Amino acid sequence: MDCVVTGGNVKVLAKAIHSLSRIGDELYVEPQDDGLALRSVNSSRSAYACFLFAPLFFSRYTIPSTHTFLCKMAIKSVQAVFRSLASLEKTVEKCHIKTDEQKNRLTFTLHCKHGLLKTHNLSYQDSESLQAVFDKDSCANVFRAQPRLLVDTVMHFPPSLEEVTVSVSSERMWIRNHVDEEADQSKAMLTELCLASDEFDHFVVQAHNSVTFCLKELRGLLLFAESTGLPVSMHFDAPGSPVVLSVTDSVLEGNFVLATLSDDPNHRGAITPPPPPPDDFMNDDIDSYLIAMDTSIAPEPSATGPPTPQLANSTCTKQPAAANHRRRLHSEEEEEEEDETADSDKPPNKKFCSLFFGSVLPSTSQMSTQPITSQEVLASDSEDDT
Amino acid sequence: MPLSTQSQADDEQYVLVASLDNARNLSNILKAITFKDHAIFSATPNGLKVTVEESKCLQANAFIQAEIFQEYTIQEDLVGFQVNLTVLLDCLNIFGGSTVPGVSTALRMCYKGYGYPLTLFLEEGGVVTVCKINTQEPEEPIDFEFCSTNVTNKVILQSESLKEAFSELDMTSEVLQITMSPNQPYFRLSTFGNSGNAHYDYPKDSDMMELFKCNTTQTNRYKMSLLKPSTKALALSCKVSVRTDSRGILSLQYMVRNDDGQICFVEYYCCPDQEGEEE
Repeated sequence: MDCVVTGGNVKVLAKAIHSLSRIGDELYVEPQDDGLALRSVNSSRSAYACFLFAPLFFSRYTIPSTHTFLCKMAIKSVQAVFRSLASLEKTVEKCHIKTDEQKNRLTFTLHCKHGLLKTHNLSYQDSESLQAVFDKDSCANVFRAQPRLLVDTVMHFPPSLEEVTVSVSSERMWIRNHVDEEADQSKAMLTELCLASDEFDHFVVQAHNSVTFCLKELRGLLLFAESTGLPVSMHFDAPGSPVVLSVTDSVLEGNFVLATLSDDPNHRGAITPPPPPPDDFMNDDIDSYLIAMDTSIAPEPSATGPPTPQLANSTCTKQPAAANHRRRLHSEEEEEEEDETADSDKPPNKKFCSLFFGSVLPSTSQMSTQPITSQEVLASDSEDDT
Repeated sequence: MPLSTQSQADDEQYVLVASLDNARNLSNILKAITFKDHAIFSATPNGLKVTVEESKCLQANAFIQAEIFQEYTIQEDLVGFQVNLTVLLDCLNIFGGSTVPGVSTALRMCYKGYGYPLTLFLEEGGVVTVCKINTQEPEEPIDFEFCSTNVTNKVILQSESLKEAFSELDMTSEVLQITMSPNQPYFRLSTFGNSGNAHYDYPKDSDMMELFKCNTTQTNRYKMSLLKPSTKALALSCKVSVRTDSRGILSLQYMVRNDDGQICFVEYYCCPDQEGEEE
């Protein structure tokens, strides 16, 4: 890969990386024919974000024609390249991104004012493709707003707040802080904001639902949207199915897919719940809370890891997630889970998930006796065997 | 002015008397070298030199010329003492170190001689505070024998461009490598951190480069932890001169402009990291 970003686009790229850093610790870089994809997923796999920069975003964009290149690297080290966003705009004239596959290095060269040249050689790891399975076009509720509206709304919530609940009617949207059901309701402070439909650029509600999702990632996206001035779209269906936040421009697209808290299964709309996962909580049913992640091994000639069953049965599926498709993924996931047990780098999914979905999970003492039916499996995932 | 009402008779007992209308002109420059508590003060008729050292590898000197002071009298050719720098700075900021224009703390610093405390008279808004700081036996500062005839490479840069680089340096790197060369990359700062390496290259014809005099290619590594205190001086300065001698000892000279537009100098000497070299 060899690409050049100039002028104001350098800042856009930097902002995208900063906003991805709100999601996860690793940045997945994948130069594709349709542009450079930068992705990140959080450790509990409940949030995923992807920016796709079209070839036109770059003043030069060349990708390896012979093979697919995919890598992941610590997002902190990439952030360090674009450390001071303030000076970036004033000083950086050009950013050159180049891969050195012999040395497993991604080189960022910033050409700054006064001839100053900043070169960062960052080491990367080979990785599999990271792709969330989501279909925002099939969502019943679709909104689009100027970033200012959402920034002003989110501003009222304390930084410590983890989740917000968004409820909609045909005329209005309510956003309030989510209070854990286990928390003492009498002591909790509730903050609720109501936005009228005319404050939005686009407001379509087909299902009067409430969804609860993490605020941190929304804030991350707003960081990007505000600096680029791009309107933010929001797509969601029912509780338990992901909310998709996106920004789109002629040369870039950003999608943030966030898991939402699952509700009572009776309230489910069109989505068919998968069969209840096995009772054993410690096994892998916690993964059923995970957001849709579809991974596939890139056809790399120099794949370092030993071949695993994923190669055979985990094919890339980017089509809308259908219920049966999810079931299939779920079974794969169990196999993959076993493969991963030796992987010490695996993030501590279970703990975080149980926190994140604390309000829908039975207390741990009941955990092993109650089958959990309200969760749906959207994803399978596997880490690189490195 | 309560400070000027001191009787002349009193003054005669002091071997050193130095007054400043604005104590910040002294405290600011002392901050640039504050990384250890003990500071060696050497006063000569030319002015005051304050030295702070670390691990016999790093030395910082602040020079405040006699002209900076509104009054500067010295009875001997050399007056030396050692005080706790942190305490001295606390005293100089005893009125809160206000940065409001027009409000300043006046200072009169007196020293009677060996065994006596350093006495500070500080006045702001008609209130006078007298601070006495016990002095210690002055140590002999290390002589790095850095002499301009042995300088192999020298560049003078506008501090602005180095500030940016230093603020972004990868602090996970143990060393900062400085390359100076008559050929490319001319002047390069490199770090080797957890996530990879980074280089900052300054071309010799950059607007930021005031002087470029490199005779031989020299690459030396300096401990990041030793260089870190120098960023305080960098932050205050407007220009910096980077020199290395034939032994690889680094000299960083910072030109600092004070509130009144006068110029003072701060100098850092740092020994190269010997690891990885033949010796």
